[in-house]
Amino acid sequence: MRHWGRWVASVVVLVIAAVIVYSVVNNPRFQWGVVGDFLFDPRIVRGARVTLELTFLAMVIGIVLGVVLAVMRLSPNPLVVALSSFYIWFFRGTPVLVQILFWQFVGALYPKFSIGIPFGGPVFASVGANHLITTFVAGLLGLGLNEGAYMAEIVRAGILSVDEGQTEAAQSLGMRRILTLRRVVLPQAMRVIIPPTGNETISMLKTSSLVSVIALAELLYSAQLIYSQNFKTIPLLIVVAIWYLFFTTILSIGQYYLERYYARGTSREVRRQDFGRVMANAIRFRHP
Amino acid sequence: MSDLMLKAEAVHKSFGRLEVLKGVSLEVKTGEVMCMLGPSGSGKSTFLRCINHLEKIDAGRLWVDGSLVGYRQQGDKLHELRESEVAGERAQIGMVFQRFNLFPHMTALENVIEAPTHVLGVDKATAVAEGQALLERVGLADKVDVYPAQLSGGQQQRVAISRALAMKPKLMLFDEPTSALDPELVGDVLDAMRQLARDGMTMVVVTHEIGFAREAGDTLVFMDEGVIVESGPPREVLSNPRHDRTRAFLSKVL
Repeated sequence: MRHWGRWVASVVVLVIAAVIVYSVVNNPRFQWGVVGDFLFDPRIVRGARVTLELTFLAMVIGIVLGVVLAVMRLSPNPLVVALSSFYIWFFRGTPVLVQILFWQFVGALYPKFSIGIPFGGPVFASVGANHLITTFVAGLLGLGLNEGAYMAEIVRAGILSVDEGQTEAAQSLGMRRILTLRRVVLPQAMRVIIPPTGNETISMLKTSSLVSVIALAELLYSAQLIYSQNFKTIPLLIVVAIWYLFFTTILSIGQYYLERYYARGTSREVRRQDFGRVMANAIRFRHP
Repeated sequence: MSDLMLKAEAVHKSFGRLEVLKGVSLEVKTGEVMCMLGPSGSGKSTFLRCINHLEKIDAGRLWVDGSLVGYRQQGDKLHELRESEVAGERAQIGMVFQRFNLFPHMTALENVIEAPTHVLGVDKATAVAEGQALLERVGLADKVDVYPAQLSGGQQQRVAISRALAMKPKLMLFDEPTSALDPELVGDVLDAMRQLARDGMTMVVVTHEIGFAREAGDTLVFMDEGVIVESGPPREVLSNPRHDRTRAFLSKVL
């Protein structure tokens, strides 16, 4: 028989999998019934929606900031380069948990935000910090501004991966720096930028659970609120895990199609088998 | 358009401590084809890149069609032009690279219409019609919707020539346009260049194709170690080189 090793390995793996599934299904302490009861509980669903909103908005902030910071970092102007480097140094150098807490308590530093002439001039408009920085905004700022620093490095790596000759060709056609970036360099950099950005998005989905520390009712905190009352800790954490897995799966499929789109014009198309790699990506957890 | 398309006066260029151009002076009349020959490292490609300010010159002056390249002169002082002004100058100078440098994420036609639509503001329908005509002229009518990766080197280089011509340049620069091609593909590219020369385009061609220089060139410049060793009508320079260095080089390549 050919490939007898594979057959033996398959049987062993199947047996082990069966044992695990059997024990999980038949272990009453998993309380699958409770899992089912709470999977679509309105509080959980609302929490899941907040998690999605946080992830989406934080990634939008992160990507926009990342592109701006990366372009700044590669600018010919040394002041602009220094600004970008400082931002990345600061936001990458402090834990995102600390940044989230910081935004939550920023009202202690600046109780009021005002628009006006600085250094004691007249004030045109003013708003209280706690009014402006709600828990959601604090969580969003903490996650998004931190993500910007990471995305900047991803975008910069993407831009640097594009052959210098591309820029020269564009310049020789009379294209200016920003037009060259937008039309020639960034679309090619996308092939390098997309896979780690997909990774970042999936990571963000899970990192967003950190905002539970500032009592923002996203998916995890919503579950915590429930199990602090009914003490069904394990089933509710399973509910949370199921939702996260569902979202990461959807995101991975989206990433697959994005990668395929940006691989156009290259001989190395994204192959169908790569779908498996994308799925493996989804399941891989990264510590924030 | 002035009678003199390109004028260089004592152009110097160094990379760090390495002096690549040690005072290059030459003139190219409108409608002329000038070929530049020389061993690698002689500075001919660097000089070509100075003409459209891809490299900044350290000393000397370069004029294209009567205006200073990359700088504005006020009294004795030279002020570097703003990015938009440099881009405006470059838009009028076409350049063809050794490695083609086509945009790989765009089809052949998209490559050709990119700069006309986004730099000159030509409307898309006009740009497409002109682009198709340009590609047709170099024998690529059936390749308009094909990505560069699916084209041979020779086809890619002809797309690159069309891309440069789409900007309706007054001067075309060729940086060893056939050096990266398989021998059997060189002919088509040279044909396209000959056609262009017959149409009266002013061209500066850095090349190792002696045959092309002899037939299509009006002037031949031989460079070595950052200076022009000799120049003149191609047949004269090629058959009767006055300088030892030219003779030594030609004996190796002929």
